Amino acid sequence: MRWNTAEYAGWGRALRAEGELARPERRSVLGAALAEGLTPAIGNRRSYGDACLNSGGRAVDMSRLDRFLGFDPETGMLTVEAGLSLGEIVAVMAPRGWLPAAMPGTGFATVGGSVAHDVHGKNHHGAGTFGQHVSALTLINGQGEQRVTQDSELFRATMGGLGQTGVITSAELKLARCKGDIVTVTERRAEGLDEHLALLDGSEATYSVGWIDATAKGTAMGRGILEEAETGAGLVPPMKRSKTVPMDAPGFALSSPVVRLFNAAYYRRVPARGRSMVKPLGEFFFPLDRIHDWNRLYGKRGFHQFQCVVPLAEAEALREMLRRISDAGLASPLAVLKRMGSGRAGFMSFPMEGYTLAVDFPARPGAADLIRGLEDITAEAGGRIYLAKDSLGSPNRVRAMYPELDAWREAVQMADPGGALATDLVRRLRLRDKV
Amino acid sequence: MSETWIILGATSSMARVFIRELAGRGDALLLAGRNMDDLKSLAQDCRLRGAAQAEAVGFDARKPGGFAALLKTAQEAPGVLNAAVFVGSMPDQAEIDADPSLVDGTVTDSFTGPARFLQMLAPELETRGKGTIVGVGSVAGDRGRLANYVYGAAKAGLATYLSGLRNRLGRSGVHVMTVKPGPVDTAMTWGLGPQPFMTTPEAVARDILKGIRKKRNVLYTAGIYRIVMLVIRLIPEPVFKKLSI
Ligand SMILES: Cc1cc2nc3c(=O)[nH]c(=O)nc-3n(C[C@H](O)[C@H](O)[C@H](O)COP(=O)(O)OP(=O)(O)OC[C@H]3O[C@@H](n4cnc5c(N)ncnc54)[C@H](O)[C@@H]3O)c2cc1C
Ligand SMILES: NC(=O)c1ccc[n+]([C@@H]2O[C@H](COP(=O)([O-])OP(=O)(O)OC[C@H]3O[C@@H](n4cnc5c(N)ncnc54)[C@H](OP(=O)(O)O)[C@@H]3O)[C@@H](O)[C@H]2O)c1
Repeated sequence: MRWNTAEYAGWGRALRAEGELARPERRSVLGAALAEGLTPAIGNRRSYGDACLNSGGRAVDMSRLDRFLGFDPETGMLTVEAGLSLGEIVAVMAPRGWLPAAMPGTGFATVGGSVAHDVHGKNHHGAGTFGQHVSALTLINGQGEQRVTQDSELFRATMGGLGQTGVITSAELKLARCKGDIVTVTERRAEGLDEHLALLDGSEATYSVGWIDATAKGTAMGRGILEEAETGAGLVPPMKRSKTVPMDAPGFALSSPVVRLFNAAYYRRVPARGRSMVKPLGEFFFPLDRIHDWNRLYGKRGFHQFQCVVPLAEAEALREMLRRISDAGLASPLAVLKRMGSGRAGFMSFPMEGYTLAVDFPARPGAADLIRGLEDITAEAGGRIYLAKDSLGSPNRVRAMYPELDAWREAVQMADPGGALATDLVRRLRLRDKV
Repeated sequence: MSETWIILGATSSMARVFIRELAGRGDALLLAGRNMDDLKSLAQDCRLRGAAQAEAVGFDARKPGGFAALLKTAQEAPGVLNAAVFVGSMPDQAEIDADPSLVDGTVTDSFTGPARFLQMLAPELETRGKGTIVGVGSVAGDRGRLANYVYGAAKAGLATYLSGLRNRLGRSGVHVMTVKPGPVDTAMTWGLGPQPFMTTPEAVARDILKGIRKKRNVLYTAGIYRIVMLVIRLIPEPVFKKLSI
């Protein structure tokens, strides 16, 4: 097996690793690479922090193991290799009336990565997480290769399990019916946080998400645009060709006056009475995917994303977070507010019933302190931060946010007693240490 | 009516992406190579992506005894028949220097094996009076370089062969396109360190499909390599022989 020594990073690019990577293109070559010793698997590195990093060690890049293995058009059961991206599943299956039952905001996420963080989408309140629609998967770990089905502890430890129970080679997914490959989207303004939450609470749409202007202050704080959508059939112009950000942007590109102006214009783009329109699926579900490498807009120092969920009764905690964020003047235009349901598939899954807030911050002085403060508020509110996004969390507090950590650790210990699958995130947060 | 493509070296990283495009538009595929397990899973992938038909068939460039059977399968395909060659191997030049017998295999994989099969297929295409042959060579064939001159020689042989075949088959309405990729991010180049103007298999597949539509004769991909290789070919030999580029 040829190993490539490389520096690599997660999507945020604020944390980096150097190590050896293999990228098998076929199942037999994956077997050969792992026969040299078990290593963590990584997907398309769309997690922001260090979940997909193994500094000083090896990792297997799964992105070329991306075949469709089987499909039953009666039941919608789809079997795929774990490196297949969700966007590719959408491209092939949506025209036939099927979609992954849960999809994150990027189509580049692989099936393996979607399992490992038990990702959620804009329909989480109704459909739950990605892992709740996985009926079985194949794992390679310290005990060899095995098929794992829904009812086992190992399955619960694998969903949201950060890749610590083994390398996922394939998965059986229950797809959801869709009417076609377009969506009807309704956009409505919310003038402040209370209205924003009320609109989210009242929404009956299958897909709903709020864009939030994290620079707005005073009564406008928490203002944004609620997007609600349903899939449908029809004809719309195809998505435009993707563009690439050719180089790292200079630091001022996302400076606070620029972001404030951009956000205000973005907000006013939607008329006060709201509007409805029809879009291709990809444009609604994966709005940023058309701009390749958009993370370079944050410059070479990269950025952090903070994402938390707090219980429904803790709207005041959100208000306090937004106050701190707008005071700090560090937010980027990428900020999202969403109401979550209680659906989760594993011990370490992120979701809980409540509101989730996600905001990007360029890695500038002050960002780390701000994010730590937001983490404090989350902890006090009985909420949780999302490990797919985290790069700064403190071990004790994060561990306390995941009450089923012990059950997870036991299953992981059996699957990988030697600790060969540990990643930078797992080490930083000491998730596998017994306390 | 869907067309049939016979793909030699269907398991290659580059071929796989190209084949998916064909599958997506509903073509029929004969996926030829030496690893049946890999080919079978690839065929299943293609069927699920929309191929009218996808079949795994044996082809080992070093075992010409099997070519006749493959030809027979190809002949059974109705309608327009096309072929694409992705087969090739690039052993480390140092390994070849240490073991000169490796020259034979390198030339067989990248040139004589595929050429012999195309030679057998040519009359069939002439009879049908249409179709396309895509042959993947390499910029390495444009000039012999220190780093990979045996592989380069094989690819130069293939390019010259394809040029002649184009000359022959053009007369009966069959188009032959030579593809000369620069570095592509595939299994072959993984771990070889950074390469100038490296492109992706996706971009190569797009270029090939566009080249077929436009009936290009020789296609460089990434396109910039047309210019890079023009410059490299212009360097006078007395100077070139002292360079290690
Ligand atoms: C623009 C954008 C929007 C996003 N929106 C959302 C969202 O709405 N909801 C949400 O939940 N997430 C969202 N995310 C996060 C993203 O969905 C997750 O981080 C996902 O895990 C990325 O998948 P990946 O294949 O890139 O995995 P990577 O980032 O490469 O890896 C993530 C983890 O998965 C493990 N892993 C990957 N493949 C395997 C495998 N085959 N076997 C075992 N372990 C494996 C890795 O070890 C690592 O722990 C978003 C990310 C971006 C960039
Ligand atoms: N990657 C680059 O930078 C680059 C640049 C210029 C040209 N090329 C050319 O592009 C083509 C595709 O290469 P790739 O980059 O996609 O690499 P690859 O994945 O290693 O593909 C090589 C292919 O050749 C097949 N092959 C080798 N010897 C064979 C034999 N004796 N019989 C049958 N098949 C044989 C392999 O089959 P198995 O699966 O059985 O091993 C494999 O499918 C090759 O011709 C290569 O020379 C590549």
